[in-house]
Amino acid sequence: MLIFEQSSKGRKAHAQSPSSMAPLDDLPAELLRETPPLMPEVSEMQAVRHYTRLSQKNFSIDTHFYPLGSCTMKYNPRACNSLAMLPGLVDRHPYAPESHSQGFLSCMHDLQEILKVVTGMKAVSLAPMAGAQGEFAGVAMIKAYHDARGDADRKEIIVPDAAHGTNPASAVMCGFKIKEIPTRDDGDIDVDALKEALGPQTAGIMLTNPSTVGVFERRIQEIASLVHEAGGLLYYDGANLNAILGKVRPGDMGFDVIHMNLHKTFSTPHGGGGPGAGPVGVSKRLEPFLPIPMVDYDGSAYRFVTADDRPQSIGRLSAFAGNAGILLRAYIYARLLGSEGMTRVAEYSTLNANYMLKKMKDAGFEAAYPERRATHEFIITLRKEAKELGVNAMDFAKRLLDYGVHAPTTYFPLLVPECFLIEPTETESIDSLDNFIEAMIKIREEAETEADMVKGAPYTLPVRRLDDVKAARELDITWSPDS
Amino acid sequence: MSYIPSDLLFTSSHEWVRDEGDDTVTIGITDHAQELLGDLVFIELPEVGDTIESGGEAGVVESVKAASDVFSPVSGEVIEINEDLVDSPELVNEQAYDNGWIYKIKLADAAELDGLLNAEAYNEVVEADEH
Amino acid sequence: MPFIPHTEEEVRQMLDAIGANSIDDLFDEIPSELRSFSLDGIPEGLPEMEVAQLMHERARKDADVHCFIGAGAYDHHIPSAVWEVATRGEFYSAYTPYQAEASQGTLQLLYEYQSMMAALMAMDVSNASLYDGASALGEAILMAIRAHRKSKSKKVLVPAGLHPSYRQAANAIVKNQNIELIEIPFDEDTGKISLTALNDYAGTDITALVIGQPNFFGVLEDVDGLTRWAEENNAMTIAVVNPLAMSILKPPGQWGNNGADIACGEGQPLGIPLSSGGPYFGFMCATQKIVRQMPGRIIGRTVDLDGKQGFSLTLQAREQHIRRSKATSNICTNQGLMVTAATIHMSLLGAEGLARAAAASHDKHRKLVSGLTAIEGVEVKFNSPVFNETAISLPVEASTVLEALAADNVLAGFDLKNDYPELGNALLVCSTEKQTGSSIDLFVDKLAALITS
Repeated sequence: MLIFEQSSKGRKAHAQSPSSMAPLDDLPAELLRETPPLMPEVSEMQAVRHYTRLSQKNFSIDTHFYPLGSCTMKYNPRACNSLAMLPGLVDRHPYAPESHSQGFLSCMHDLQEILKVVTGMKAVSLAPMAGAQGEFAGVAMIKAYHDARGDADRKEIIVPDAAHGTNPASAVMCGFKIKEIPTRDDGDIDVDALKEALGPQTAGIMLTNPSTVGVFERRIQEIASLVHEAGGLLYYDGANLNAILGKVRPGDMGFDVIHMNLHKTFSTPHGGGGPGAGPVGVSKRLEPFLPIPMVDYDGSAYRFVTADDRPQSIGRLSAFAGNAGILLRAYIYARLLGSEGMTRVAEYSTLNANYMLKKMKDAGFEAAYPERRATHEFIITLRKEAKELGVNAMDFAKRLLDYGVHAPTTYFPLLVPECFLIEPTETESIDSLDNFIEAMIKIREEAETEADMVKGAPYTLPVRRLDDVKAARELDITWSPDS
Repeated sequence: MSYIPSDLLFTSSHEWVRDEGDDTVTIGITDHAQELLGDLVFIELPEVGDTIESGGEAGVVESVKAASDVFSPVSGEVIEINEDLVDSPELVNEQAYDNGWIYKIKLADAAELDGLLNAEAYNEVVEADEH
Repeated sequence: MPFIPHTEEEVRQMLDAIGANSIDDLFDEIPSELRSFSLDGIPEGLPEMEVAQLMHERARKDADVHCFIGAGAYDHHIPSAVWEVATRGEFYSAYTPYQAEASQGTLQLLYEYQSMMAALMAMDVSNASLYDGASALGEAILMAIRAHRKSKSKKVLVPAGLHPSYRQAANAIVKNQNIELIEIPFDEDTGKISLTALNDYAGTDITALVIGQPNFFGVLEDVDGLTRWAEENNAMTIAVVNPLAMSILKPPGQWGNNGADIACGEGQPLGIPLSSGGPYFGFMCATQKIVRQMPGRIIGRTVDLDGKQGFSLTLQAREQHIRRSKATSNICTNQGLMVTAATIHMSLLGAEGLARAAAASHDKHRKLVSGLTAIEGVEVKFNSPVFNETAISLPVEASTVLEALAADNVLAGFDLKNDYPELGNALLVCSTEKQTGSSIDLFVDKLAALITS
């Protein structure tokens, strides 16, 4: 039942609003609202009960193993939330003067420094509010760099065919055209195709490393040289930073600009779809273009770096200072982990993924890149099962839900058919991993003898499979009383 | 196996063309295309009066899992659009070559029809795709 | 090892299964030159107790202030239940609802949110949120350009009286796409959009007109007149509004003859704490006609195999993960957690509670302004009705006032000089319903003392 359907005229949460309506006699009548909006009318307990019960219908990291590839569903330490919401921090106005903001500013500055060191970049801006916004900022900086040098004919950005959709979308938002290059069967990008694609029209290339197919781009240093020689810049999509945190640095690989996904690597909450935070890091030559604001320390006090300090900045991306509360959570996480903790993230996430890969291969599942090491994630393809048993990746995914596990990422990257991209993360124990593999084996057995049953999964959740076609054809996205 | 009528012309981007004989053509997407897309949920139609170049975008067909551009096989002016598709996009799935037609064009250059594929040639495109 | 559950025994077992000698072996595909560097500059990890002590100390430095700043972020009362429920693990640590059957909680909540926002704006549809108000404006402009097929100019009129950061952020988003944002000045006397300046564009090809309500100065615009101007000139109307204010002011869907085409803005006043400016959420509503051009996630109601009601992401074919370079936007995340809180907040307040909160806030601010303008030399800047904040002119520099009063922990407002030098010594002051009478008295007394000295 929707909250609207539980409403009763005149019911309210009495403790939460003023007992009467203050006068609005100073406001012109023609600017006032005539009819109140259609909102719930429920008691406080009804609202609490309703939303609590809704929460119980969700899978979440706190309740289920959630091996979504490239999403890094690791444990969100509770301290990160409670300490970020301390009075003084949670109620600080974005325009509070610097004299009364040293606590907040010091956390932001420290986080900038930590991210610089762990990624090997020269400067960091915490401004972008999500990975996609970080990508937009990164590509905008590449454009600004070339424009500033009078090199305005560089109109192309090269993107591997396996790239995440935000990569080409962000490049187009900055006015670029896309040139796609293929990924080889062994998982590395096709360097010969890259050489052909490079030229005076190349502004840059967007890469993820480890790549979206879950393997390390072994020829990265060669790729970096080729792109730089052609006059282009290298952009690093940090979605898979968890695999190499503290073990390899994008700056050392030759990248000029990177974005990080703090809601992945630094364990800030996924919150049912956000908020994220997508700080960008740059090499020296892109530093003047960083988005504002940033935080500086002059030896005695912290202050904001503004547009006046950075006349070549690509500008501001949000009204204030980005997703500040999320940045605080990432900072707290970084202090809990420390430098050794960060290296352990890469080590144990890689250990967990390689263990799972081996056990799945042993169980007869087909790895997409069987000769390669798993990084923090790996791909299996269920194309054999789809062909022989008529049960595809989506069916396995839905049946996994009945086994109490959230499915891995399905059908991404697009180039591996019927794929599962599996990322356990470092915070899962061996029991979780064994459990998942057991479930996959059982589902395959079920597929052999009762394929139709598997195709009808899930059965134990609040709903069965949903009619997506109806949802798109008969668009119902706003409740109304006669619906 | 998708159905390919022998009296139509085709493009490698899976559009079909029916020459109406009076300097106009009817255009739609093929059975193979609708199979790939899945259940269609929305068709973005061109506007009557639009001038389109051969290879230009004439509209978009949208399913739950994909949104594909419809490329115009020929140049000319759009003279009619299939308004039924607004409420019933599934006509493209069910009758790709009949009531699922998308738009009609008055040809700017009839010679362009010579550059299109016949049923046999299109069949080869489909077979290559299915591997 | 914080958050890592493995015992030495388990590690051994796992390495044996893999056939590797050490964890380091698993990194053997990575060129060795890339693997040596120092992490000096990153402090060593601390146990939670020490991190807590550190954070308490830093938080204390910024605490205990009397805040009279508005300027796009407002300190309203938030019921305790909002964040207690919103930070439940099942909401806090859930992912984007790509597996709909396992996310019915989040999906239903987002559907309820969309419905509430559409109702508040009196518009047909809403998306499931964007990053913040400023980027929502950028996206709204891109949407208007896409949706307005008859206009070719890509020219959008943006009032100078709109939040400066919104204008800057919108510009950063659209500037690489050949879109021209044209600034329309405000009338010096009223603070509203100057109709004379607007009429310079009458009869020309304008794609959209942006209208803020209230505007950055708290001033209320003549929204009907302005929307009718846009209608007469075949321009789309983009409304940028304070959602709490919409509980008592005429909402965008009712502006002019046909209502605004797109309504957007900052959702923070609906249950989100100030938290240094983020995370907040941007909302976007539109007419049914242009719903397919709306960026961001959208949740639809449908049925399952048994005919039971359920919710799922819909219209995804427009989004980046399918359409890639032709997507409506590059957006991937929305602000899920913030929208969760806002939905619970709106349910706890209801239409009447929101209206009373808005009125109470406006009323407190009237008391503040009344107290301040009783001081000799302090005057209201604009001759117009306002909501919740007022630009006042001072006999001394605003920066002097801010610095002096900050010494007593009174944050007096937002200095308008940097963004609007033509306004001279002007301060934008705000009070919400949360300020106490004694805080207001403190502000008034300190300012009076400063001015007379």
